[in-house]
Amino acid sequence: MKRIATLVGLAAVPLAVLGVFFLLPVSGMIGEGFVVDGSFDPGAVADVLTRPRTVRVVWFTVWSAVAGTAVAVLLGVPAAHLLHRRAFPGRRALRAALLVPFVLPTVVVGVAFRELIGEAGPLGFLGFDGSAVAIVAGLAFFNVAVVIRAVGAAWESLDARPAEAAAALGASPAQVFRTVTLPALRPAIVSAASVVFLFCATAFGVVLTLGGLRYSSVETEIYLLTTNLLDLQAAAALSIVQLLAITALLLVTNRLRAVADPTLARSTARPHRPTRGDWPSLLSTGLVVVLVGLPVAALVVGSLQVGDGWGLDNYRALTTEGSRQALLVPVTHALVTSLRTAVDATWMSLTLGLLVAVVVTRRSHSRAERRVRGLLDGLFMLPLGVSAVTLGFGFLITLDEPPLDFRDSVLLVPIAQALVALPLVVRTLAPALGGVDDRQRQAAASLGAGPLRTFVSVDLPVLWKPLLAAAGFAFAVSLGEFGATSFLARDENPTMPIVIFHLIGHPGAMNYGMALAASVVLAATTAVVMLVVERLRVPSLGAF
Amino acid sequence: MLSLQDVSVSYDGVPAVRDASLSLDDGHVLAVLGPSGSGKSTLLRAIAGLEPVAAGRLSWDDADLAGVPTHKRGFALMFQDGQLFGHLTVARNVGYALRLRRTPNAAGRVRELLALVGLEGYEDRLPATLSGGERQRVALARSLAVQPRLLLLDEPLSALDAGLRERLAADLRDILREAGTTALMVTHDQEEAFAVADRLAVMRGGRIVQQGDIAEVWRAPADPETALFLGYAHVLEGDHAHVLTRAAGRPDAAGSVAVRRSALVVADAGPLTGKVVSARVTPVQIRLRVDVDGAGELDAVARLDARPGPGDRVSMVVDASRIAVVPEVH
Repeated sequence: MKRIATLVGLAAVPLAVLGVFFLLPVSGMIGEGFVVDGSFDPGAVADVLTRPRTVRVVWFTVWSAVAGTAVAVLLGVPAAHLLHRRAFPGRRALRAALLVPFVLPTVVVGVAFRELIGEAGPLGFLGFDGSAVAIVAGLAFFNVAVVIRAVGAAWESLDARPAEAAAALGASPAQVFRTVTLPALRPAIVSAASVVFLFCATAFGVVLTLGGLRYSSVETEIYLLTTNLLDLQAAAALSIVQLLAITALLLVTNRLRAVADPTLARSTARPHRPTRGDWPSLLSTGLVVVLVGLPVAALVVGSLQVGDGWGLDNYRALTTEGSRQALLVPVTHALVTSLRTAVDATWMSLTLGLLVAVVVTRRSHSRAERRVRGLLDGLFMLPLGVSAVTLGFGFLITLDEPPLDFRDSVLLVPIAQALVALPLVVRTLAPALGGVDDRQRQAAASLGAGPLRTFVSVDLPVLWKPLLAAAGFAFAVSLGEFGATSFLARDENPTMPIVIFHLIGHPGAMNYGMALAASVVLAATTAVVMLVVERLRVPSLGAF
Repeated sequence: MLSLQDVSVSYDGVPAVRDASLSLDDGHVLAVLGPSGSGKSTLLRAIAGLEPVAAGRLSWDDADLAGVPTHKRGFALMFQDGQLFGHLTVARNVGYALRLRRTPNAAGRVRELLALVGLEGYEDRLPATLSGGERQRVALARSLAVQPRLLLLDEPLSALDAGLRERLAADLRDILREAGTTALMVTHDQEEAFAVADRLAVMRGGRIVQQGDIAEVWRAPADPETALFLGYAHVLEGDHAHVLTRAAGRPDAAGSVAVRRSALVVADAGPLTGKVVSARVTPVQIRLRVDVDGAGELDAVARLDARPGPGDRVSMVVDASRIAVVPEVH
């Protein structure tokens, strides 16, 4: 009993935060859908769901997410092979560079793709502007990094000997891959694919900036219904559908992940140079580099274009409010706001994440205890399953009256962002903590170390790198967060993604040029943070 | 017939195997014996085609194997820990190579092989439910399934505990003999080598220092270090060596003399005398350290009823089959 009490004590703060800033807003939003004019009316939800537009939106969300996932997996798996099993000059730099898209702000990616395939862009002749192809490409752009990372990590630590044994039994390289390597990688691939599907299905910024008026996903539809049409009930109904679908997906993912055999013997082969037989990996990696490189290059080039010439005018204009009063504050002001918000969001999600990680990784002594830990683990993963838009919307409708009136609090945006980043933080810290042999702690305790001292001498040494990495991750996520922030940020205190979105929505060449320049600045900031994080070489980074 | 001529293998320019020459006739079992780090596993991997050969020639029946990938060599490789495919049942593991070749009646052959290794009825078990010894048996059956031209064994028994190792070693020898398999096994354990193989090659520092019939190598180690590695307790030189050879009734050796721990036996009126330094009782005999007159401190054994104690003077005979003359290395 005492152990469970300690457990609940440690979990109290994160639980309280989760309760007030997550469960309350989300349930408030659900209530909004079911309660019409003060009475319980579930029929209204059904009404919304049978609208032709709703059906179209749901269908588009599903198929674009499937397509985005398929492209990301098909390109990512061979690329993971080349980047994690083959040695060539510049491998680490390439790996780090391909990680950056994952944390690039969605709005920035949207802008970059528009710059590339828009009417005036270098690939404008393809006619992809505003098409579903552009959206799928954008989704793949983000998520190929997730696949490379997750599958690559599994592949890198894959024992080479079963494959060698198969080869010695007469299996050709293709047969070895099909019968030995692929089954061993399947848990990693399935888990990466489901996470990618999740990200694709809840993608907001990309669809909003690339989809135009023709394409809308559930996530953007919720946004449009709330902010433009003020149809709160329809928005709530869609949120509920999304919440259920994603929770179900998360449960399935968890089950699939549990299949992986943690006792696998590890004897990793030293990577060797690519050979002719590696052409599929080389081809895929080339395609990934093109997919990731072209939009970024188009963005940078576009930001340096001034009229018919070149110059830094777009960057100089960042100290202004844009032409025709596009903004209330200069872009530089928004950058400062973004950085300040990110610092707050980072310490919040780190504090919460560390407590959660400690709670969920301690060894359980009884079945009840294990069940409580499992429950907590799942609970804190929930923000992954709830779209940021839903969260922001929930904040708006529930935290607006005493005693929970936070509408004017400057901490509202950081709190929302911290919750969005929380699953990532926990997933980066928990594997490191879980990897510590409990007997090490017991040894320390038997030598007279108290719980705190044990933590400092056993856990902290393996934890500081993942902590720094998680901090960087949370910081990057906060910098780019758009879904929740777009609801919560006050007009006079916008963050960078909000400003960029405003700028591309306003006519005028100067505003568009400023949007490009601001995107480059924001992308560079996140990229630098992520590259520093990558230098820490934390294996569990971005693992789900 | 496998033959290696001056084969060298390097890792990143650091040679792990240097100028190794070997030959192995069909139907024989060769043990490559060496301490850890001697390059024996690298040699095995090079033969399997898993490591590129830096220099020299590796051939099978005079056909050069350079450029032949692992899966086309027809050499089955059995790892120290079996490396069974964890997602496949025992039957599917054993039948793996048969399925690759679409062999008809694979199920019958799998049953046969499981019977050969003494695991009838294990078809539907998963590797994770097997004991270490059972896993090695399955791995052996899997390797034998396609009747490989050559079976490569990488420390096949060292992951097992002592009693099981002894039993499985005897089984392994019988199974290999029965199947008429040509096999090459690397090991650091002399007992394992002697239990399974009929030919022996000793490796040290990346070189093959001696090879031949196993009893031959055992009887006449090529140099003092090999003698010590093969389990001889001491190597004596000069006058000390002569004292031993004379006592054994052999002509004076030109080189050193390697002496096993049980070569000196306490016996009344033996040609050697000495003072007992220490005595330790074991279940079958008493092991002594004796300061032998003219030869220094050596190991000796006594019958359990002899009861010599430290400080006692004893006389000893030399068992000539337990000493070996070793050529001096200059």
